[in-house]
Amino acid sequence: MNELQVDNLHVAIGDQQIVRGLGLTVPRGEVHAIMGPNGSGKSTLAKVMAGHPDYQVTKGKITMDGEDVLGMEADQRARKGLFLAFQYPSEIPGVTIANFLRAALQARLPEGEELEATEYYAKLYEKMELLGMDRSFTSRAVNEGFSGGEKKRTEILQLAMLEPKYAVLDETDSGLDIDALKVVARGVNTMRGPGLGVLLITHYQRLLNYIVPDHVHVMVAGRIVRSGGKELALELEERGYDWARESAGEMAVTR
Amino acid sequence: MKPEVKAVDIDRNKGDFHYKVDYAKDAGRGLSEKTIHFISDVKEDPDWVREFRLRGLKTFLEKPLPTHWASKDLETIDFDKIRYYLAQGAGAKRSWEEVPEDIKRTFERLGIPEQERKFLAGVEAQFDSEAVYSNIKKAVGEQGVIFVGSTEGLKNHPEIFRKWFGKVIPIGDNKFSALNAAVFSGGSFIYVPPGVKVKHPLQAYFRINAESFGQFERTLIIADEGSEVTYMEGCTAPKFETATLHSAVVELVALKGAKIQYITVQNWSSNVFNLVTKRGLAHEEAEIKWIDCNIGSRLTMKYPGVVLKGRKARGEVLSIALANNGQHQDTGAKMIHAADETTSNIISKSISVGTGRATYRGLVHVPKHLKNCKNNTECDALLINATSRTDTYPAITVRGTGNAVQHEASVSQVSSEQIFYMQQRGLTEAQAMSLSVNGFVNDLVRQFPMEYSVELKRLIELEMEGSVG
Ligand SMILES: Nc1ncnc2c1ncn2[C@@H]1O[C@H](COP(=O)(O)OP(=O)(O)O)[C@@H](O)[C@H]1O
Ligand SMILES: [Mg+2]
Repeated sequence: MNELQVDNLHVAIGDQQIVRGLGLTVPRGEVHAIMGPNGSGKSTLAKVMAGHPDYQVTKGKITMDGEDVLGMEADQRARKGLFLAFQYPSEIPGVTIANFLRAALQARLPEGEELEATEYYAKLYEKMELLGMDRSFTSRAVNEGFSGGEKKRTEILQLAMLEPKYAVLDETDSGLDIDALKVVARGVNTMRGPGLGVLLITHYQRLLNYIVPDHVHVMVAGRIVRSGGKELALELEERGYDWARESAGEMAVTR
Repeated sequence: MKPEVKAVDIDRNKGDFHYKVDYAKDAGRGLSEKTIHFISDVKEDPDWVREFRLRGLKTFLEKPLPTHWASKDLETIDFDKIRYYLAQGAGAKRSWEEVPEDIKRTFERLGIPEQERKFLAGVEAQFDSEAVYSNIKKAVGEQGVIFVGSTEGLKNHPEIFRKWFGKVIPIGDNKFSALNAAVFSGGSFIYVPPGVKVKHPLQAYFRINAESFGQFERTLIIADEGSEVTYMEGCTAPKFETATLHSAVVELVALKGAKIQYITVQNWSSNVFNLVTKRGLAHEEAEIKWIDCNIGSRLTMKYPGVVLKGRKARGEVLSIALANNGQHQDTGAKMIHAADETTSNIISKSISVGTGRATYRGLVHVPKHLKNCKNNTECDALLINATSRTDTYPAITVRGTGNAVQHEASVSQVSSEQIFYMQQRGLTEAQAMSLSVNGFVNDLVRQFPMEYSVELKRLIELEMEGSVG
């Protein structure tokens, strides 16, 4: 049961229903893409998975390797191996990338154990090189004054350092030029393997040329309206979201 | 209103313990001329000191509490219930072996003898009213540096002591400096001869052990021409049910070209009223730097100042205040420019947690006739919760032309999105907050001596851990 599973999930903010009966299973070793128009609830899904306190789960469940996730605090989910690359990462003034990641890794060690500094820096520099980041970044405050592209790279750097079991990437491609996109894709592709399940949230098909998914899901108005192989992304690109929306309408009627 | 955040569990703090100690010298409760005479008799004060004390008492009784501008909480101090002098009467020892066992244990638990061996040039340890240990490294003593308690200083070195004592901060400066004048006991007297640069810090550690007690140490540091010295003080007290009063006076004198750096880390428990007056007098080309970190206490009122008396004198206050639930940190800085080409720098950072309140009061004064004076003031406040509070009262009077002042202030709030972001990386809420706080003070702490910034970060972590429910 090495999989991240979302079952009949309903999410509300106040009295607005945003996710309405969504189901999804991402086994480790696979890359799944979720595509959907703006406002369809993709980021909401990502944040609920990560345990954001503002959203109410009104129904359904989420499990990670069979274990219930919704009862856990956000930090506990993270330490158990769930990572979210944010669509809009927060700035943490005064806290350097090096200190931040160090604290995050330290938080994963058993009490009384100290992170080994030399190994830590070796790994940090290696990952930065992979992502084409200058070493001077380690002493910059997390996301403070970063360009959109730098923020996205920093998200992927954290992913590479924290080595989660499941990674949800929320529009990591948006705002990236083609070169930056390739770098980010290379980072993710290097981490692909039997230990990692990826949920790739994107608005555009473009990213999927570089990170080729095993499965593609189309999300409209808070639910998955279509699932298929990687060719679904191309079909969607051709036919547009209206086509997907119509399908959603049909589904709603047939329920 | 019920606070959102749980009160800090002071039990986590390493200072919260106390041993039962028998006091041979006890002035009893309350304050009167009798108290003064008791203290003067026990300490065998010279007449001029006894008179100084009596003038202090008179001024203290005459002056009203400054509640027209300061916190009304001052009114809850019951001066009749406080014990003004408590000592075992054994005097300050030169070696830890000679310090009475129960008191030695206290300082060992606080890690003082260990720090002394590691990196200090000298240590004075005060337990309630009197120093129980005072020692200076032989090599430093041989350079002519004097580092003793205030009683020993006024008796054995009257020619230097009397010249400056009470001159930087007169008895009537404020109600609490007057109180200190009346009942002062303990604190350090330091003299550094011309040209001597004391490499390692001298440290004093002030420990309150008794309940309903008032600690009134008095420190006087004189750095003679071209000399340099760093002094560090640390303070703790156990958490008692009743209020404890700490009202110190610290006077610094930096003669021509001398440098004094005075570092404070206060980690008072939440029942302590900490009402302290600190001021330095900087002569020509001298430099006085206050590094002042206030953690804990119920109410702290403290505004370290520098009187820039000589041409090209420099004054600096770098301060950090952390106001936790129910606490009020009312801190700031005073820079009195009194000569041409003097410069001053104030950087103040405050953090308010839960229902904590941080107040910054600044005073920068540059009179009209002066030329080429500069002041830079930055005060930044960080609010952790919606219930946290901060206020800023900068008073800058700069007259004349050719003088430059620069003032910046900011208030920021740790957002729930920031906390969520950090939690998503695996940090607990408390770890996330303490990381934010450390980030906020980071650029300032980097300017502190190493041993000190480590200690401060640890204290901040402990405070934040306790403040998250
Ligand atoms: N914190 C919030 N408060 C109010 N409405 C929200 C909030 N987050 C998302 N929404 C609403 O939920 C819907 C889905 O948003 P989102 O999950 O960001 O979609 P997507 O990521 O697919 O563009 C939108 O209508 C948006 O306005
Ligand atoms: Mg989104």
